[in-house]
Amino acid sequence: MDALRRGGAAIVGVAESDLGQVAEGMSVFDLMAQGAKRALDDCGLRLKDVDGLFAATTQSRLSVLALAEYLGIDPAFLGSTIVGGSSFEYHVAHAMGAIALGLCNVALIAYGSTQRSVGRRQASLREVNPYETPFRPFLPSSAYALAASRHMHEFGTTREQLAAVAVAAREWALLNPAAWEKKPLTLEDVLSSRMVSHPLTVRDCCLVTDGGGAIVVTSVERARSLKKPPAYVLGFGQSVTHGSISSMPDLTVTGALAAGKAAYTMAELAPSDIDAVELYDAFTINTILFLEDLGFCRKGEGGAFVSGGRIGPGGSLPVNTNGGGLSYCHPGMYGLFLLIEAVRQLRGECGARQVKDCEVALAHGNGGVLSSQATVILGTQATV
Amino acid sequence: MPGKQDAPLKTYLDHLARGELAYQFSPEAGRAVFYPRVLCPFTGSDRLEWRISKGLGTVYATTVVHPVEGRPFNVALIDCDEGFRLMSRVEDIAPDEVRIGQRVRFRVHRPGGEEAPQPVFVPAEGA
Repeated sequence: MDALRRGGAAIVGVAESDLGQVAEGMSVFDLMAQGAKRALDDCGLRLKDVDGLFAATTQSRLSVLALAEYLGIDPAFLGSTIVGGSSFEYHVAHAMGAIALGLCNVALIAYGSTQRSVGRRQASLREVNPYETPFRPFLPSSAYALAASRHMHEFGTTREQLAAVAVAAREWALLNPAAWEKKPLTLEDVLSSRMVSHPLTVRDCCLVTDGGGAIVVTSVERARSLKKPPAYVLGFGQSVTHGSISSMPDLTVTGALAAGKAAYTMAELAPSDIDAVELYDAFTINTILFLEDLGFCRKGEGGAFVSGGRIGPGGSLPVNTNGGGLSYCHPGMYGLFLLIEAVRQLRGECGARQVKDCEVALAHGNGGVLSSQATVILGTQATV
Repeated sequence: MPGKQDAPLKTYLDHLARGELAYQFSPEAGRAVFYPRVLCPFTGSDRLEWRISKGLGTVYATTVVHPVEGRPFNVALIDCDEGFRLMSRVEDIAPDEVRIGQRVRFRVHRPGGEEAPQPVFVPAEGA
């Protein structure tokens, strides 16, 4: 039996917790529990149905234990893989495998962060790398800036093209009532913003917000009897190329190449079949790299591809339709929100930002400093 | 009981203190290994030789960090001629004048106090 089989499990419930700046004193577990309640309500399941529990956060060492305690459950299967922002894409695959093997049937995947309220230094342990820390890179921004510098050098990518990614994200965010950013953004705004780590200005960098949420994954059999149409997991792929940026083999090619290839193979689909693309845009260069590596354009052509409104509302390829980590929310590890948006697009719940006839959506998570890449392809009933 | 192995980092820093940029070479893989470790990531072998770099390299990627307080400074990835890459910075020129493809030469920066010596680079035109 294949633990990971095309259409072998489905995401049936999704929800954000409070986002942006949460109320004083809220803990990451308060946010996870908010997400859990709302995601279970979204599909009509109850806490007592949950027999698989997954969590990741930078603010608790044994997060899944603390969450099980908080929720008052003793699940048959626990998962706490933590690979940065891509953790939740892995959790989907691990939940799918556990369900296929009969280890659990209803998996809840939760995330929470209060990094805006408590400050980034409190939210994330500072690690010393004796081969990098002495040079004071402003991480993670400088790692992505180094990748951007190399992309600009090899392919002639410009700061204006990077800025076009931020502008498109903002245009989508203005269509999303839940987005943190509420005002329009121009190319000139991005270019003239405070420089963080050249070539990236503060507007090339993701938001620093609080937030969390949860999703519910279950078997196809169970999914069919629930409240809303299931989002079937059609494909999954992952790749780890390095840990720290100085060990990344080629700064212009990410593990999204291998992750995407595996996911497309499993899904029996090609980039041209994807209706909505949700990419981990912690920095503007990410969107360009991932569009290339996931096959939406050729290597080196990402800068031209994102220009002229192609990935914004009304463009030919809808990318980061919730406004992304750049303009919607980015509570430290953003990967769960990619899945939430992909599911909502497939259900047709997205109002003004809804992609027409959305049957297949791709969520691509990134972790560390381009270190871990994970692709999840989801589809409606019609695709199974 | 076999004798305890020296930490790769200690060997590396001891070389730096003597003004040398040390790296490891994996005979089985036939290539350089950096950062220093107890096994070769290409073969899994624990047979690694210490070598001293000639100290010449090329800038592979570069950024200028703009701290909220203080002056902007360079952070770069340097490809050394022996086939390994490390994080460092290029000194003696303005941080935004560092160019990808630029030839550079190693020198030791000694911050003093409790801080370990650091490998930094300076422009090396024609090298």
